Amino acid sequence: MNTSPAISVRNLVKRFGTKTVVDHVSMDVATGEIVGFLGPNGSGKTTTIRIICGLLTPDEGEGSVLGHDLRTEALRIKREVGYMTQRFSFYEDLTIAENLEFVARLYRLKPVEEHVGRTLEELGLTSRRDQLAGTLSGGWKQRLALAACIMHKPKLLLLDEPTAGVDPKARREFWDEIHRLARDGLTVLVSTHYMDEAERCHRISYISYGRMLASGAVDEVVANAGLTTFVVEGEHLNEVAAELEGRPGVEQIAPFGATLHVVGSDAKLLKKSLADIARRDGVTVRPGETSLEDVFIQFMAGSKDNMQ
Amino acid sequence: MNAVFSFGRLGALLIKEFIQMRRDRITFAMMLGVPLVQLVLFGYAINNDPKALPAALVVTSQDQYTRAMVSALETTGYYRFVRVAASEAEAESLMARGEVSFVVTIPSDFRRRVDRGDNPRILIEADATDPSAAGNAIATLGTVASQALLREQGMEAVAAENAAGQLQVVVHRRYNPEGISQYNIVPGLLGVILQMTLVMMTSIALTRETERGTMENLLAMPASPTEIMLGKVLPYLVVGGVQVAVVLAAARLLFSVPFVGSLWLLVGAIFVFVMALVLLGYTISTVARTQMQALQLTFFFFLPSILLSGFMFPYRGMPGWAQALGEILPLTHFLRVTRAVMLKGADFAEIAAEIAALSVFAVVFAGLALMRFRRTLD
Ligand SMILES: Nc1ncnc2c1ncn2[C@@H]1O[C@H](COP(=O)(O)OP(=O)(O)OP(=O)(O)O)[C@@H](O)[C@H]1O
Ligand SMILES: [Mg+2]
Repeated sequence: MNTSPAISVRNLVKRFGTKTVVDHVSMDVATGEIVGFLGPNGSGKTTTIRIICGLLTPDEGEGSVLGHDLRTEALRIKREVGYMTQRFSFYEDLTIAENLEFVARLYRLKPVEEHVGRTLEELGLTSRRDQLAGTLSGGWKQRLALAACIMHKPKLLLLDEPTAGVDPKARREFWDEIHRLARDGLTVLVSTHYMDEAERCHRISYISYGRMLASGAVDEVVANAGLTTFVVEGEHLNEVAAELEGRPGVEQIAPFGATLHVVGSDAKLLKKSLADIARRDGVTVRPGETSLEDVFIQFMAGSKDNMQ
Repeated sequence: MNAVFSFGRLGALLIKEFIQMRRDRITFAMMLGVPLVQLVLFGYAINNDPKALPAALVVTSQDQYTRAMVSALETTGYYRFVRVAASEAEAESLMARGEVSFVVTIPSDFRRRVDRGDNPRILIEADATDPSAAGNAIATLGTVASQALLREQGMEAVAAENAAGQLQVVVHRRYNPEGISQYNIVPGLLGVILQMTLVMMTSIALTRETERGTMENLLAMPASPTEIMLGKVLPYLVVGGVQVAVVLAAARLLFSVPFVGSLWLLVGAIFVFVMALVLLGYTISTVARTQMQALQLTFFFFLPSILLSGFMFPYRGMPGWAQALGEILPLTHFLRVTRAVMLKGADFAEIAAEIAALSVFAVVFAGLALMRFRRTLD
């Protein structure tokens, strides 16, 4: 496998008016890697992806994508990258087949019919090839868009929330497909709000208010967050939760089924605050595993404080 | 693989555009319907030879000459006397209110002057706000009136020459002293129709993609600005061609506009004009952010084009600054070409300067559009 990075960008800055939407973001993605791009709404994921595929010019920073300079070789980057937009951006007044033919011709894939036919078959849309794209359901639009952007066999896939609104089975198939493509050397940067999808990535990057807060394998990110989690089991958990609210060291209380996850960044303080609960009859407190979601919620709470 | 231009990619864009055009039934119908409706409405309103126009008569005596004159005017079919006004002032207000198109005044000394052979006069005031409507009515007037007078005097038509010269018909065109000749209208209409529909449709070419969100995808794919521009304007060149055929055929069949020049010369000039128009529209679409802005900009160009090109008012009659403004409008040059070729049978040498001007417009608009085109979303 090629070891030169597929994406290598340094200190990207993008401002809209006075608002800095991407704030000194650096990112390295190795060839063949699947990187998840996470962050709350409006954190700058779409903007960063657009900069990487040459659709926005950064105000500061530089970098290369697939070995091409971000600022000067946008056209070459476009030819080798597949970009799936967050909002459906194929032609709703063209049929499924016509949309795919359009893409195939623009990338000069030959013969057009063969490429389109194969893609339709893989999608299972052969029988609906003459249906207008605008009349597809949301999930099918996503699948059509994905199929269209991998048709020209790009070396790098930039996917902006590709599975929003897609059913679980299709989601599973989609991720299986992504992993299969990655094994053949395709690099993928995919933004998502789903934790289970983040966990299927080799690495994740977490962005908040335009700043990259964490980057690494899922367990690394979880470990680096330095959070301690206790699982509380027993009766009257609602009352327990109410009691714990606001105690020193208790930063998150989240009910999970019949248990309560209590999370904090200061292990000692958290333990002290839970001591009297643990002594209670019918209630047990045991150390638990911090999940990625706990970490993200912690990030979100933290960065909101930064903004205020 | 050529980065700047590929026929394959242009083909992709063209096919897509044609499919969209075909699916958008209303727009498609508009492309063909608007020129026809406009031509028929404008053409008939302006070019028809209206008869039985309401007229008022101001007479002070009831002698035989006056009666002969009135019945002669009525038999032309153009005049329908609806009122006999007692005074000049009353007739004046009738015309101001639009109740009559003509006021015919036969002075009280008419009979005396006829008898004395002393240049008898009648006065015709015409409402010339719609000059072509009054045109024929006025044109027939002189002869009809003289003949009627001669008949009444019992003179033979052969010996009429001198006496006919005696009758003076004084015509006052009111409200619009410059009359426009009718045949000018239809060739002019061709230019106006093309300008309106083509600029409007191409001006929303890019803004529509932006508003539908498809621009992001289009820009992410490897199409160059030149390909995108041609992919957008060439389909409308075809639309323009169809419109031209429709208008020219209608001009011939419905209005019998004379066509004395070379058809191929005209087609060549139209091609250059249409190219300039679609590129103007496309340039607008690189500037406008929304479809609404695009339409506003289109009208910003459309109004001066109609007013200053010589379509509405005779070009030579405009003040110098207005003529200078008119020179920088494609429609001005196109009107000169069509009128010269269709009505006067001009050859290439005579219109070469105008065609050159139109080509300059096309090149300048294409350059501007390519300069303005944003390859990115910022
Ligand atoms: N063209 C623009 N002009 C002005 N502000 C913009 C523009 N595009 C994005 N923004 C702002 O930049 C910020 C980041 O937007 P972006 O779309 O990158 O977020 P995101 O992380 O993709 O969010 P989401 O998860 O909701 O898709 C938002 O506050 C948004 O309002
Ligand atoms: Mg987004």
